[in-house]
Amino acid sequence: MSTLTLPRTTAGGTAELPAERAPLTKKQTAADHPTWCPGCGDFSVLALYYKLIEKRKLDHEKICTVAGIGCSSRFPYFVQAHGAHFIHGRALAFASGVSLSRPDLHVFVFGGDGDAFSIGGNHFNHTARKNVKLTYIVMDNFVYGLTKKQTSPTSPIGFKSKTDVWGSQDRPINPMKQAIAAGATFVARSTATNIPHLLKMMEAAMDHDGFSYIECLSECIEFYPGAFDAANPRKGGAFPEIPADHDVTDEYAAYKLADQTWPGAFGLFYQVQRPTKNANEAKIIADHRAKVEGQADWQILKKNFDRMK
Amino acid sequence: MSDTALADQAPGTSPKVSTIHEAVIRIAGNSQDGIQAIGGFLARLAGRSEQEVMTFMTIPSTISGGPSIFQVRIGSGEVLSAGDEADVLLCFYDHSYENHISSLKRGGIVLYDSDHVKPNEELLGSYHHVGVPISSLVVEAIGGTGRDKGKNVYSLGLIARMFSLNVSKLEKLIQERFAGKDPTVAETALACFRGGYGHEVQGLYQTFNFQPGENVGQQQVVMSGNEALAFGIIAAGVRFGAGYPITPWSDIMELLRRELPKYGGTFVQTEDEIAAMSMAIGGSYAGRVAVTGSSGPGISLKTEALGWAVMAEMPVVVIDVQRGGPSTGMPTNVEQSDLNIACFGGHGDSPRVVIAPCSVEDCFYTAIEAVNIARKYSTPVIILSDQGIGTRIEAFPYPDLENVCQDIGPDFTPVADHKPYDLETTDGITRHIAPGTYVASGKYPVVTGLEHDELGHPTGSGKLHTQMNSKRRNKLRKLAEELPVPKVFGASEGHVLLVSWGSAKGPIEEAVKQARQHGEAISGLHLKHLNPLPNGLEKIFEAFTHVVVVELNDEGLYGHGQLCSILRSRYCDPRIRSVTKTDGLTWKVKEILDRTLRLTTKK
Repeated sequence: MSTLTLPRTTAGGTAELPAERAPLTKKQTAADHPTWCPGCGDFSVLALYYKLIEKRKLDHEKICTVAGIGCSSRFPYFVQAHGAHFIHGRALAFASGVSLSRPDLHVFVFGGDGDAFSIGGNHFNHTARKNVKLTYIVMDNFVYGLTKKQTSPTSPIGFKSKTDVWGSQDRPINPMKQAIAAGATFVARSTATNIPHLLKMMEAAMDHDGFSYIECLSECIEFYPGAFDAANPRKGGAFPEIPADHDVTDEYAAYKLADQTWPGAFGLFYQVQRPTKNANEAKIIADHRAKVEGQADWQILKKNFDRMK
Repeated sequence: MSDTALADQAPGTSPKVSTIHEAVIRIAGNSQDGIQAIGGFLARLAGRSEQEVMTFMTIPSTISGGPSIFQVRIGSGEVLSAGDEADVLLCFYDHSYENHISSLKRGGIVLYDSDHVKPNEELLGSYHHVGVPISSLVVEAIGGTGRDKGKNVYSLGLIARMFSLNVSKLEKLIQERFAGKDPTVAETALACFRGGYGHEVQGLYQTFNFQPGENVGQQQVVMSGNEALAFGIIAAGVRFGAGYPITPWSDIMELLRRELPKYGGTFVQTEDEIAAMSMAIGGSYAGRVAVTGSSGPGISLKTEALGWAVMAEMPVVVIDVQRGGPSTGMPTNVEQSDLNIACFGGHGDSPRVVIAPCSVEDCFYTAIEAVNIARKYSTPVIILSDQGIGTRIEAFPYPDLENVCQDIGPDFTPVADHKPYDLETTDGITRHIAPGTYVASGKYPVVTGLEHDELGHPTGSGKLHTQMNSKRRNKLRKLAEELPVPKVFGASEGHVLLVSWGSAKGPIEEAVKQARQHGEAISGLHLKHLNPLPNGLEKIFEAFTHVVVVELNDEGLYGHGQLCSILRSRYCDPRIRSVTKTDGLTWKVKEILDRTLRLTTKK
């Protein structure tokens, strides 16, 4: 059987993997300068991603950052790691392809509310249901920012946008209920303004074996300023954390939390262990491989062909 | 088969035995009758008897079933198409008789279930009618319960007797088919088969004996085009794929889902076509070319993500088993009307590779070629199969699997530095490094649908956009240079050159053979690589007065089929014209010749 290796056309040639590696500093992890407006909530999510990589000693090549389309979805350009900027709404499907092929990678997906709940809504449901191992952080700003202020699926009723000049009419999606109902096994809520809390949620999400979802309120300073003031104590709001006695495996209790009046609760709503798609597929493979142990691929194929003689 | 089937012989004498070179048998009934199974047995038997075989079937697009046919052409020599006319028609019902009697050659044998079919008195002189009370004889053979299920195997017995088929081989095939089920199932089937074989058919004047096959000593495999494509994908080393069910692509994804785990791979059934395309691209990005596929409507849905793969120069293989379109169209009928979407579908300038297999055997090797082109040129490749090839069964030489199978696992060797979209490379082709690859410079590439610089970071530069567009286009021009120039069959100059793509190859070859036997200066050219086209076709065209593209699609607003339009725009040659049709059926040789004659003689 032939092994086909493609030529590497890189002028730089090959290199050695260093034996010892220090945790990556922000300087090493930062790539392009973000294109976001000054004051955008997404900056702190990015800073915390760098922090997470440093704190948890993740290596460059073992991280894969994936995004769809939107302001927040520019994320992969700002990170020195393998990354993909895919099409609108389909980041989760792309990232699932990466995750299911490569158990050695940490797959992080970033996006906004339009990407997650409008154009990509169905992928959100199914990636959650299949429990594909990856972390999905939605920077929810309640508005379409990149296209300059149209109503988003999370815009509250009455929000005045260019597509609803008299105020939004349609009932917004409740991302927490959506995630729980779809079968996500890790559902948390935080804000871009509460740095320690968001970092804690990101770490917990990364450690979760399954589809981990973080709803992160991230203010659009340009098109929906002040949207999350009520969740920011420095702006006179409150940051009501989920009580310590909340049972994260209690789906009903999680729904109740998701129904609280604005600004709602923050923290880990729901977390259960359910076999991941990755583990299920790995088991199917292991079972099948056991039956063909010691055989080369062409010999396995020959068995099929012999039956079709 | 000779035209003397309707022998002038008195009834009552024992049947005359004729040695024949080939035969076309059409079985008509309802899809529930298991007529595909009889066809399958006959095809497999031919494969094991060193004969060539080709089948053609129609199935209703509803679950509840309905009228269905299966046609088998078995030949001791080359079989290029499923046959224009049947030598023998087996029909179970009045509707099968009425709808298919015209497909029978004059003087051919119609074998009918006299429990259901009432022959048309006016046709008794034109066809050799042989009635057998199949339904009641099946009850006699195996009892009342299996009646509806046994008709097919009983009829197989009748056919086996009529054509002196190898009974032990057939019985072995029947046993293999029901292996793993309750043993009584195979026993009942065999009892049915033997009942049919042993039945003394009244009024059958003639039986047949095939000449020995020409493929002596050659091992053959028998499968459908869809099976061959799926196995080709596995042989090519693909280990990840994603898809969504749609006729007639579904059996490819079912096979890959079932088989890939044996090779350490996975096939995912996704929530929709877009997710399937996206997930396959993600799988490719992860380091090993992945596959997705669909049929017409699904291909429409995949085009945005496909455009991303063009822009990001991500290899991926997309299979399109074409059916009748537009929209939901004709789900179980053959058509070649997706050439335009395959070559041009999507927004922007997005060059990609399109290749079309021409036979079941070619499906297997085309899958491997598609994967290798995708890798070598870092590009999406679309395989344009069609319902005709996908569902038909053929026998072909057993592939040299040990040498054909390949390993295309990712290369994670650390690199000093890497620019995937390097504009300075000598071959101009993008090379990606898979995630997991360490880059010593600390500068990691991003893959994107935005126009980008050499590292994959976005740019608004018109200059870079122009350069990158050229890069994406030029690599396929390079591929065109490397493609083999197809060979003309028949003379290399003459009056008419018939041009085919996909499943039209067999029929046009047969048309050329027939025409040349009648002294006509007709030749043929088959194009496998449709985008880019191989270089040098104009030199071939120059030697003919007419160039006629034979394709299963509509002539369009300007009077030319889809490939014809591409060839006209490529070569600015008004002599290139087409004969097209969209009746949902594969080409008959006679149709091709009649239509070509009309096109090339009228002034």
